[in-house]
Amino acid sequence: MSVPIESPISFANVGRTRWWHSRIFASQTAYVTLALLMLLVVMHFASPFFFTEGNMQNVAKNFSFIAIAALGITFVIITGGIDLSVGSMMCFSAMVTSMVMTELSTPGMPAASLFVHMATDGKTVLANVPGLILVISVLAGLIAALVVGLVNGFCIAVLGLSPFVTTLGMLSIVRGLAYVVSNGRGSFPGGPDADYFYALTSGDLYGVPAPFIYLVILALVMAVVLHHTTFGRHVFALGGNEKAAELTGISVVRVKIEVYVICALAAGLQGIIISGWLGSAPANMATSYELNVIAAAVIGGANLAGGIGGPLGAIVGCVLLEVIRNGLVLAQVNSYWQQTLVGVIIILAVLVDRMRSRMI
Amino acid sequence: MVTADTAGQPVLEMTGIGKDFGAIRALHGVDMQVFPGEVVGLMGDNGAGKSTLVKIIAGNFPANHGEIRFDGKAVHFHRPIDAREVGIEVVYQDLALADNLTAADNVFLGRELKWKFGPFSFLDHKAMAARALELFGELRSETRPQHLVKQMSGGQRQAVAIARTRLSNAKLVMMDEPTAAISVRQVEQVLSLIHRLKEQGVAVMLISHRMPDVFAVCDRVIVLRRGEKRADKPIRDTSPEEVTALITGAKEAA
Repeated sequence: MSVPIESPISFANVGRTRWWHSRIFASQTAYVTLALLMLLVVMHFASPFFFTEGNMQNVAKNFSFIAIAALGITFVIITGGIDLSVGSMMCFSAMVTSMVMTELSTPGMPAASLFVHMATDGKTVLANVPGLILVISVLAGLIAALVVGLVNGFCIAVLGLSPFVTTLGMLSIVRGLAYVVSNGRGSFPGGPDADYFYALTSGDLYGVPAPFIYLVILALVMAVVLHHTTFGRHVFALGGNEKAAELTGISVVRVKIEVYVICALAAGLQGIIISGWLGSAPANMATSYELNVIAAAVIGGANLAGGIGGPLGAIVGCVLLEVIRNGLVLAQVNSYWQQTLVGVIIILAVLVDRMRSRMI
Repeated sequence: MVTADTAGQPVLEMTGIGKDFGAIRALHGVDMQVFPGEVVGLMGDNGAGKSTLVKIIAGNFPANHGEIRFDGKAVHFHRPIDAREVGIEVVYQDLALADNLTAADNVFLGRELKWKFGPFSFLDHKAMAARALELFGELRSETRPQHLVKQMSGGQRQAVAIARTRLSNAKLVMMDEPTAAISVRQVEQVLSLIHRLKEQGVAVMLISHRMPDVFAVCDRVIVLRRGEKRADKPIRDTSPEEVTALITGAKEAA
């Protein structure tokens, strides 16, 4: 630790907060992490298959499929807001990405000649620049998310609408748009770059699933942003006391718009990754995922009243949900029980935190 | 720190300040001066125009009539930030603290210290904690910079809010009802914090309903009634009874 600062004050009446009463240790995240570790031990004894490499890969992959969006929504939850449009956002971004990819890869389509040409056999489509189509189509998907995030942020921060109502509306609008652009049909990523796309979304590196790698990188970046930058500090201040934030000169409007954009981008990226794993972007993809994402963030310790939350909590929440799901399958329990159990855990996690904060 | 020549010049000088809200005349023809190192009590009943006056000085809204001179220069505030830039700090009644952040975080909220790494800049936690501790030391408040405001007493919260005003070496600190909702012991602490500010040559305006507090720390008291200034007297030339009479209107002016 750092060298203690020489104190000009004698603290006769004010003790020092013990380390286990401060920071991460005093949070719901710590308790839920502990619960998760215990659950892992129980699972180990309950099923010999749980800690096998294949199953671990499965678990890692499955929770990564909602965890990136959970990171994004944690920003919004810390400011005291909520974003219900993440599920629709996942679908819309994935759809835009795969449609743009298909469009650019089909000779004869407008602008396609810039990106592809026919091989001499007259059947095989070749890319002019390998990977370019992939980059452009992923960017297109993310730009779609960015626009939706901006609209959310504008309505909430500038027009002053309630986050719940705005994003509830956006849930419907974006889902509707996904049906409109696809005409209700699924869209499949195709063309010469499709192999790269699948490798980057559902492939793995030395046995570690790609989505999990993205998740870890993004979580680390998020931890630095939240705790070591002005933006992160202002995000917490907004959730703690919005009026105070405004009076101290923080640009509340800007920070709010930024968190909704971050949330939408995370959801968009998540959707693109899921479509790679599914091999398509159906119009009903990720329906009601917003509830899983919010549940994971809340179980992990993000407080819907604002001011509390972090990347570790979001991930732990997702892992806990996935381990329970996986465990119920291995234990051959009827999988319909899963949803009931998730609900119980949400309430339990919040209850334990409430009891703890009353004791201190 | 009050030198002979600066003591003669008022830090804040207002002449003929008036403010209308539609048909309602909230303030009319208010003249006042505040000198460096002076504690001025601003008193008046609800609706007397205290908050309006404070909000004009703090830059929440502009006056319709009159002129404000700060440190000898005419000033026009459009936003609270403008007032803060020239050296006016306000301690709001609800203190404007974020409970979920530490004392040091709150002191530096909106004015964080940073270090640069290429295009990125990161919070300088160490420097902020050290400076906050220094400020708490000056205020002689037992407040640890790394403790959460959530866990603090009313007096400590006041210290955090006041420390914030010391960050920029403000010349005028306005305190809106700082003793309204805290315990007797904490009132003592807050009054001694005001003494600390005065010692350092800062002008303080204390807006309060509590007569004993005003008479304990103020050098001068200004009474507003129905939007007009009814009295402006050194505290030794008046009494709580007279001030009460002026506030209620039993005595018209003094």
